[in-house]
Amino acid sequence: MKLKTILMGTAVAGFGSVATAQEMANDMTLVSWGGAYQSSQQKAYAEPYMEMNPDVSITWDESSPEAVAKLRAMNEAGNVTWDLVDVVAADAIRLCDEGLAMEIDADEILAEGDDGSSAEDDFGDLLVSDCFIPQIVYSITAAYRPDRLPEGAPAPDSICALFDTETYPGKRALEQRPINNVEWALLCDGVAKDDIYDVLETEEGQDRAFAKLDTIKDDVIWWSAAAEPPQLLADGEIVMGSSYNGRWFSAIEEQDQPFEMLWDAQVFDLDGWIIPAGLPDDRLARVLDFVNFATDTQRLADQAAYISYGPARQSSAPLVGDHAELGIPMGPHMPTAPENSKNVFVYNYSWWADYRDDLDSKFQAWLAQ
Amino acid sequence: MSDATQDGPVLAADGRPLKASLRSALRRQKMRALLLIAPLLIFVLITFIAPIADMLFRSVENGIVSDTLPRTVVALDDWDYGSGEVPDEPVFEALFVDMYDASERKIHTRLGSRLNYEVTGVSSLFRQAGREMEDIGEIYEDQFDALDENWTQGEFWAQFMGDPDWYSEAAGAEDPGPTFVMKEGMDELLPLTAEAYQMFATFAQEEDEDNVATEDPWALVHARLYQDLTAGAGEGYDGFGAEELAAAREAVGDFESTTYKEAFLNVDEDWADLEIWGTIKAYSPNYTPGYFLKAVDAQLTPHGVEAQPDDQAVYVKLFGRTVWMSLTITFMTILLGYPVAFLLAQLPMRQSSMLMILVLLPFWTSLLVRTSAWKVLLQQQGVINDLLVWAGIINDAGRLVMINNQLGTIIAMTHILLPFMILPLYSVMATIPPTYVRAAKSLGATNVTAFRRVYFPQSVPGIGAGSILVFILAIGYYITPALVGGTDGIFISNRIAYHISSSLNWGLAAALGSILLAAVLILYWAYDRIVGIDNVKLG
Repeated sequence: MKLKTILMGTAVAGFGSVATAQEMANDMTLVSWGGAYQSSQQKAYAEPYMEMNPDVSITWDESSPEAVAKLRAMNEAGNVTWDLVDVVAADAIRLCDEGLAMEIDADEILAEGDDGSSAEDDFGDLLVSDCFIPQIVYSITAAYRPDRLPEGAPAPDSICALFDTETYPGKRALEQRPINNVEWALLCDGVAKDDIYDVLETEEGQDRAFAKLDTIKDDVIWWSAAAEPPQLLADGEIVMGSSYNGRWFSAIEEQDQPFEMLWDAQVFDLDGWIIPAGLPDDRLARVLDFVNFATDTQRLADQAAYISYGPARQSSAPLVGDHAELGIPMGPHMPTAPENSKNVFVYNYSWWADYRDDLDSKFQAWLAQ
Repeated sequence: MSDATQDGPVLAADGRPLKASLRSALRRQKMRALLLIAPLLIFVLITFIAPIADMLFRSVENGIVSDTLPRTVVALDDWDYGSGEVPDEPVFEALFVDMYDASERKIHTRLGSRLNYEVTGVSSLFRQAGREMEDIGEIYEDQFDALDENWTQGEFWAQFMGDPDWYSEAAGAEDPGPTFVMKEGMDELLPLTAEAYQMFATFAQEEDEDNVATEDPWALVHARLYQDLTAGAGEGYDGFGAEELAAAREAVGDFESTTYKEAFLNVDEDWADLEIWGTIKAYSPNYTPGYFLKAVDAQLTPHGVEAQPDDQAVYVKLFGRTVWMSLTITFMTILLGYPVAFLLAQLPMRQSSMLMILVLLPFWTSLLVRTSAWKVLLQQQGVINDLLVWAGIINDAGRLVMINNQLGTIIAMTHILLPFMILPLYSVMATIPPTYVRAAKSLGATNVTAFRRVYFPQSVPGIGAGSILVFILAIGYYITPALVGGTDGIFISNRIAYHISSSLNWGLAAALGSILLAAVLILYWAYDRIVGIDNVKLG
């Protein structure tokens, strides 16, 4: 097996030290999302790696939002110029299905946890696809502005406040896609959390979700970029909205916006790496060496110093420290913190892989009505 | 002319007939012109026309089903969806072989995603089935192994199936070794096994770059060997492994076995779903109208073409909206652009160049900046609403909704596309001699009449050019509608972008794009017939 020899090369090299047994390319193109997230990766993974390997140069490409399409186009053209691509879990599943991402064996290519647990155990359920190397847990969660609530209204403590336009009049911002919204709709329509996907599988269940969304349709501003809701909330355009928890964190802590988080029924989602399929040996060797380093326990914990996303390894959680600039402890801002994750919704990837096309066309038709 | 009195053709100075001489001169000129534009022409063909044609071709291309499941597609020929019965064992057997090969090549999930556009749930059905194929094959592999360990040895199989000359060369060779050659007569002796082994050998050499001489074969080969032997094949063989084969022939009668249909139903009972089979059959040809049907809210189902249910029909509506809003935007730019262009053409040089800069400045500004600026202006807590509330025209509760709807899209896009109307209008108006209007007036026309009957008709080519530019740009816009359009202000291009970059349904995106392109070409043609494209002046 070709892969195995490479892996042994990496294993011999161990963490950090430059592998000499296997020829490695010195240039690497990493693809990520840009902004604060990419700079957290640069500081936590790339800079220490380049310090240890001074010959290596890393090019960043901010193409993750279009990664799926671009990777397919590159693959068809037979010229994949990317070495490592940061994508959300749902895209990783799609890329894996399309044969555009390389299948990996977590125990073989990823480092063991600091506590000695195998990579597979350490990442646990987060290995949602055969091609996916998880990095962070983020969540889609709600936030509101206490100063814009009507007089006497209690501070919202449930996600269903989104659907309660009587107590909390005003616009709310939701993501323009069915995922998350239909689950929240059913949850607030009285469906038990564990039954949601069973209900959604039926025609009546889907109608029920859209009927619930209908009740707030006129009050919703649909967003497609996660930066929009914090902006809308800051402008006073909306009273509450959903976005990534890291966006809310940076608005609240870094920009001193008067927002409050509404952690109830936050939806966990994952982001991580995939390795494009069909890389030449020397580039693959370099990428595997980098990935092994960049996803070890310490590196994942380090990233949390720059952005409020939870490390995907269980063994990283105790190592999460303070924010690099603000100096505040990051632990309580993680979506995975016990205080925040009292009521968490776990999003079912394989279910959505099947139903995404169908529900999306229904959602679009519903929007257009 | 004395020539006119002569008989015969007119001759040129060199004695050739003038007609021929002229023609060849003309041809030379044409050739030279063609050569001059050749670099650009080739560049445009390679970088623009060819990729577009290739992309549009995807709207009908559908080879993926018959490429991934070739045997199943053939086996399904005899099956009729109308019979109401799930296909029989031969189809499942073919599916097993195809699926085994596809899952080794990791292409089964790609087909799963493709068919998932048509039937919800196929994606995971295929993903799951791919994982189980090996288990089905292993039922037989384990039993052959228990019978004689040779049956799971790569070297044994290579000598059993391979040509002796090939084997002597391949044994000990470095990976991937010489191309596998089947022993003569093997495909008649054990037809199914030979086919499966050939599939394995091809895969091992081409994809994995392993040497077939030492590589252990797939479990599929054992399943096929069982099939061959129970059918009575393998008689009278006396080459390498004849003893083992004879023993196996004796033993297979007692082997534990399963039908493939049962095996698939064990994996997932959805394999007994008629819709799945009907869809595979309906999409098995290499070309499909399926994407185009989807693009007009219909669907190719096993029952034939059906209209999409109301709660999923969206594209026709979006096409209509896109055309209607583009026309509105074009009209708005004429309304706003005409006076500006008129002023530009009339004002003295100094003032008109100032005004020109004012027109061009936003033109040079980033599209995103201008769109975001409109957000700041138009939103409910935005500048315009604040001003209106401050002036007491509206009260605080009655702030106007001017963004995240059609109005927002129309306002923002009118502003963004305005220069594309003003510039061609101006270039036409600048060439209208002022003396004409003066002459009309001196003949007694009023200002209005002189404008209406003399000036305006001469500026129509500018309107035509501007309208074509603005309309064609507007119909393909998607960033601005996505940002300020909300739900009812988005265009068909937003869906095309979604299918290209997110759902990866490029076939549907290509079909939607083709329809859009056809609509623009038809409108262009209609314009040419009514106004005449020669009347358009772009500068």
